Amino acid sequence: MPDVKFTVDGKQLTAPAGTFLIEACKTNGIEVPAFCYYPGISLKAACRMCVVRIEKMPKLQTACTTPVSEGMVVQTETPEIAQARKATLQLLLGNHPLDCPVCDAGGECELQDMTFKYGAAESFYAEPKHHREEQKWSPVVYYDRPRCILCYRCISMCGEGMDVFALGIQARGSSSVIAPNVPAQMSPDDLAHVDCEQCGMCIDACPVGALTSGTYRYKTRPWEMNHVSTVCTHCGDGCKTTLGVRSTSDGSEIVRGDNRDKSGINNDFLCNKGRYAFDFANNETRITQPLVRQPNGELKPVSWETAFDHVGKKLRELRDTRGGKSIGVIGSNRTTNEEAYLLQKFARTVLGTNNIDHHRTADYVSFAQSLAGNTDRTASLRDTLTASAILLVGGDPTIQAPGTAWNIRTNVRNHRGRLYVANSAEIKLRRQAKSFLHLAPFGYSALASYFAGDAAAGSEAVGDTDALTTFREAIKAEENLLILIGSELRGKDLKKLIDFGLTLPGAKFALISDYANSRGAADMGLLPDLLPGYTPLAGNTTFAEYNTPAAPGLDMIEIFEAAERGDLSALYVVGSNPVSRYGIDPASLKDTFVVVQDMFLTETAVLADVILPAANLYEKSGSVTNSYGDLQLVSKAGDRAGVRTDFEMIVRIADKMGANMRELIPFGKGTRADMGQSRGVHSGEADRHAVWLAANNMEPKLSPFDPFAILDEIQRLVPGYNLLRLQLLSGNDQHLQPAASSNGLVQIGSRRDLVLPANDTLFTSGTLGRYSTMLSDLQHNESLRPPTGLTQIQPAAD
Amino acid sequence: MSEIANTIFSPELAARFDKLVTIYPLRRSALVPMLLYAQDEVGYVSDAVIAEIAERIGLLELDVRNVLSYYSMLRTKPAGKYNVQVCTNISCMLRGGYEILDHCKHKLGIGHKETTSDGVFSLEEVECIGACCWAPAIQINYDFHDDLTPEKVDVLFQMYRDGQGKDVK
Amino acid sequence: MPTLVSHPDEVKVVSRRFGQGAADIDKYVELDGYKAVQEAIAKGPEWIINEMKASGLRGRGGAGFPTGMKWSFVPKQSEKPKYVLVNGDESEPGTCKDHVLFLHDPHSVIEGTMIAGLAIGSKLGFIYLRGEYRYLLKIVEKAVADAYAKGFLGKNIFGTGVDFDVITQTGAGAYEVGEESALMESLEGKRGVPRIKPPFPAVVGLYGGPTVINNAETIANAPHILLMGGEAYAKLGSERNGGTRLFGISGHVERPGVYELPMGYSLRKAIYDVAGGIKDGKKLKAIVPGGSSCPVMLPEEIDVGLDFDQMGKAGTMLGSGGIVVLDETVSIVEFALRTIAFYQHESCGWCIPCREGTDWIKKTLTRVYNGGGNKKDVDNVQYLAENMLGRTFCPLGDAAAMPTIAFVKKFRKEFEDYIAGNKAGTPIITVEQLVGAH
Ligand SMILES: Cc1cc2nc3c(=O)[nH]c(=O)nc-3n(C[C@H](O)[C@H](O)[C@H](O)COP(=O)(O)O)c2cc1C
Ligand code: SF4
Ligand code: SF4
Ligand code: SF4
Ligand code: SF4
Ligand code: FES
Ligand code: FES
Repeated sequence: MPDVKFTVDGKQLTAPAGTFLIEACKTNGIEVPAFCYYPGISLKAACRMCVVRIEKMPKLQTACTTPVSEGMVVQTETPEIAQARKATLQLLLGNHPLDCPVCDAGGECELQDMTFKYGAAESFYAEPKHHREEQKWSPVVYYDRPRCILCYRCISMCGEGMDVFALGIQARGSSSVIAPNVPAQMSPDDLAHVDCEQCGMCIDACPVGALTSGTYRYKTRPWEMNHVSTVCTHCGDGCKTTLGVRSTSDGSEIVRGDNRDKSGINNDFLCNKGRYAFDFANNETRITQPLVRQPNGELKPVSWETAFDHVGKKLRELRDTRGGKSIGVIGSNRTTNEEAYLLQKFARTVLGTNNIDHHRTADYVSFAQSLAGNTDRTASLRDTLTASAILLVGGDPTIQAPGTAWNIRTNVRNHRGRLYVANSAEIKLRRQAKSFLHLAPFGYSALASYFAGDAAAGSEAVGDTDALTTFREAIKAEENLLILIGSELRGKDLKKLIDFGLTLPGAKFALISDYANSRGAADMGLLPDLLPGYTPLAGNTTFAEYNTPAAPGLDMIEIFEAAERGDLSALYVVGSNPVSRYGIDPASLKDTFVVVQDMFLTETAVLADVILPAANLYEKSGSVTNSYGDLQLVSKAGDRAGVRTDFEMIVRIADKMGANMRELIPFGKGTRADMGQSRGVHSGEADRHAVWLAANNMEPKLSPFDPFAILDEIQRLVPGYNLLRLQLLSGNDQHLQPAASSNGLVQIGSRRDLVLPANDTLFTSGTLGRYSTMLSDLQHNESLRPPTGLTQIQPAAD
Repeated sequence: MSEIANTIFSPELAARFDKLVTIYPLRRSALVPMLLYAQDEVGYVSDAVIAEIAERIGLLELDVRNVLSYYSMLRTKPAGKYNVQVCTNISCMLRGGYEILDHCKHKLGIGHKETTSDGVFSLEEVECIGACCWAPAIQINYDFHDDLTPEKVDVLFQMYRDGQGKDVK
Repeated sequence: MPTLVSHPDEVKVVSRRFGQGAADIDKYVELDGYKAVQEAIAKGPEWIINEMKASGLRGRGGAGFPTGMKWSFVPKQSEKPKYVLVNGDESEPGTCKDHVLFLHDPHSVIEGTMIAGLAIGSKLGFIYLRGEYRYLLKIVEKAVADAYAKGFLGKNIFGTGVDFDVITQTGAGAYEVGEESALMESLEGKRGVPRIKPPFPAVVGLYGGPTVINNAETIANAPHILLMGGEAYAKLGSERNGGTRLFGISGHVERPGVYELPMGYSLRKAIYDVAGGIKDGKKLKAIVPGGSSCPVMLPEEIDVGLDFDQMGKAGTMLGSGGIVVLDETVSIVEFALRTIAFYQHESCGWCIPCREGTDWIKKTLTRVYNGGGNKKDVDNVQYLAENMLGRTFCPLGDAAAMPTIAFVKKFRKEFEDYIAGNKAGTPIITVEQLVGAH
């Protein structure tokens, strides 16, 4: 759109034609008050707060609905306008309870701010106010009609934004109310309820305290909290969430999660889990003391020193007697990149084993290898919001990656993006799709073959092959297609699909996985056959400074098979619950020395000989990489006495094992003077790390417990992780591309499929989620769902 | 889609609804008339009516409730067989509308939006019904009665009691 | 049944066929029915619009927008189908003229709809009646069915190759649905909440297509205008206010009823001659000249011509043509309360000033009426109403504010006396009634 020139408050401004005045003003630092306007959802023009004076117009006009036009002359703050706004506020306050001191929104309320600004507080209202009881619509959503100013943001947020349509407006005039989709008389407890995705977006959009969240209600006041921006631990989207933290007797407690400044990769969005499912940290069953199994089989609390001594001694002994190959290591989808990297380095260089794996929720190895040698072919989460066309094959982002789903819906709605969906289930996003291809069960492999040119495979993929042809042709006609792939596609199927996509000019790819650092875990080399950055074990020069066993190690399944055979002397599990995930027979571990770092006595932890209480992602710093390869920093919000970060625990164990700490973690000053003569496995080799730091104008980190020392090494060594520090430190996300080298790859075809999708629903989050009271409440709430199809949400895809 | 198995409506009304959804450029246009016609037959807009109409049009029940609660003629509770609607708006008020309302209350022994215990009459005070020049006016179900006096109201009530008044249908 | 009235000063154009059984299609045809539309088919859209413009016809729904001009705003080319929408929601208190029109001459509305359709290139018209008008809807439905049976509607009407359909629709009780964009929402099966304007209906209306919306009486005038010629029609009325209009005179007059008077006719004569003067020989106290939303007039202000411009100059509005006459016994406090109670009940609630303003003013006036008023209340009511005016999302807010402001300004002393305990007029609403009703 061409730019138009106009004048606001005497300032000459320009903006693209069609821009609404309110936005044009905002861009230029002129704040026009608004209750009902919210960017990206439909216009309401209901609150009348944004009135401005436009020359040649008889009445005041609403800035939220008026597009700028050439030569327009606008006043946004005159006595007339101030009076109009003041009167509107006075009218609003007539029926408003003005209970700010006890309202959850107090201190963050747009109505309160406006009332103050326009001096509307002195009330001459002498009539009785309408009263209605507050309603609990769900464990998450509470509604208080007297506080509601009927701006209708919540309705649009739920309908247009979430595509749930669980909220409506009922009655009319001053009796109007926001109504949820389950009316009182249709609910077992005779109270109205909302049957929905419980995302909390309606609460977020509410400018006042009419919608409040069950988790935060009356707990504290905004100004009594510290706000820490970090990354959600739950799915692979990696949304930025701001945690409200309050001091307690034994640390600091997270009392609220929200999308405070909407500055993150997720823009306006945050789902239920990112917003509310932080409460696992406060679960009363949390372990806060190291536990060591006694000869009588009981677990006994011990001091940290005793525990580390014990683990260090035992692991060293087993390595020295039975060899590194007898030890298995399992890493996590939810620890930081630094922890994952350190764990694999510890396994390979200290334990001397390649027997390392993690619970894979998508096949990133095939993904990286299929894209080897290509640049600019991977998409960021941000691209899902703006891509002109998206092909979604498999997956169900609404449930697995709600942020992705939000972006896709917003893209289709506001940017006219075209969505193509191929899925064996009727996933909810088909409603936004320009074209939906309903695949036969397990039809993904056939579809990939068809796309790759095998015409005969078409009939295996779908019944109606004409539809398939049309679908393929439509995709081929798209320039800059974003191909979003579900975990159903793995190995050679994934490669076929990507190979097909690579023939389309400008096509980009992303593979959806399940947890905050699923992608990071793979990128960081928690794999038996690949080093960080999908670097082959054999013949690599990048990690030559490591002393790594050359032969591939055991994968997740093989590790437990070895245990079964009695060949596994020790198993070191960090933030994972394989016993439950993979249905491991507890008896198979009876002859293995098991060390588990976790928050809870999980199915795996209860089998352990030593349990080390761990901090979670909200209690540490470092970085994580989302499904798309977007790297972000996490920050420490909560703090719990008695727990330690996985990073620290690995370092301590390595130390107790007598490892060379400077080799494991590049820390400490003074290394530069001798150019690393004191460091480096091959004698005489310069301290590459110190040289690199110097070249990059960076200071060495001073402590072996500083995860940033490892981040430095990641940046230096891991292909694809050539990050921009400044970006990262200013809290921005940055997109990284996997840089698997194209030679010496493991054959994709012969690789074992180790992907086990998490199959989480909107209200589960693996083992961790079981310890969230809020998520349990929501699952219970779901079970009360009335049998009628009042909403359109789908159950989780299998 | 329009034809519903196990409809709760009479065959005539069901057939009428089958057709109604097809005549407009968009099915949803049939919503308001359907609610009113369903109310005429069922007596009020029950949850079952809402469910069937939502299904017929392809809407969420919530949508139907949102719309239904907007219109003052639609009710979600049963009313009497003869719903007496007394206009008290300005033209009627000037010519005795409130007197008529009081008379009805007194005569029927019920108040605004109440129903006689025998279920024959219900009473409602309503806004202008478009009979201002023949005030005071009332509607009993859909029939207008104007230029009223309390005496004329008595005659009317007797007529309805005697079964000479028109049913809604 | 509404009684028909008559007066020698009447000039019968739209009411020409009233009382002659013209709801019957044969009778209608006999009385020159369906001639104009055939001529319109023959002469084409441009001719229709020119005649309509020449007629000086202004919308009879209330705002008085020139009809010919409105029709000419509809774009000739449109991707989406165009529609004609007839507003028969008639709900403004004091207004019952369309009632008589539907009852006595439904075919003229149908024929007018067809003419409007031809003028803008539409093939489908809707006639929307308020839900309370069920018996009238049946009359209109029968008329439409008869017209189909005769081949006047449907495919190839009058054998001319032109197609035109009419769909009738019922509302279900909502004054606000008379507002044109709210009417479209209602017709689309939604809550009667108005739409953001622009875009205006002529460009984006019903189902997103260009739409002409007119009051039923406006539409019913079209065939007459085409038959007599736009200029001849214009001459019947006053300057820039062509033709005649149905006026419903109600309240305290001897002969209330719907009369067709030339535009510009004297208000005084309408009350004292046409409607027979004040009932029972009482004195005139006030007039609400065009439905309840029009600012009240005092007896000394009634030497004014009944047209849009003269009434505007007199500080009020011609409105919907419903003239409500108040005699000396009326308590203005009570009348103002009853008026705002209506708007409070009918506010759709979408925007803050109207939703909260009507509620607040109603509550305050109720308290005042019940004897609990204090001095500041009069100022407060005026302040609230003045701050609603021009600030709401749709004109209903103004419709509530304007009469309130006029009552308080013109009868300020009566309000003050009332608060002080000297009640003028004879209040009729009992306290109990006030609590029970709304
Ligand atoms: C609150 C409100 C109620 C209205 N009610 C009616 C009505 O019942 N009938 C009507 O014809 N116009 C009504 N109007 C006016 C319509 O919006 C519209 O201007 C009219 O139908 C246009 O037709 P006309 O140009 O023929 O007058 C109403 C307007 C408002 C703001
Ligand atoms: S899905 Fe539920 S929580 Fe989310 S916006 Fe809708 S009503 Fe609110
Ligand atoms: S609940 Fe909040 S967001 Fe929803 S309408 Fe009320 S004030 Fe607006
Ligand atoms: S979409 Fe994923 S990352 Fe974002 S808040 Fe939800 S669970 Fe967390
Ligand atoms: S002024 Fe506002 S609240 Fe009143 S009817 Fe119009 S849109 Fe609704
Ligand atoms: S922000 Fe413009 S009317 Fe509410
Ligand atoms: S005021 Fe009673 S019918 Fe109009």
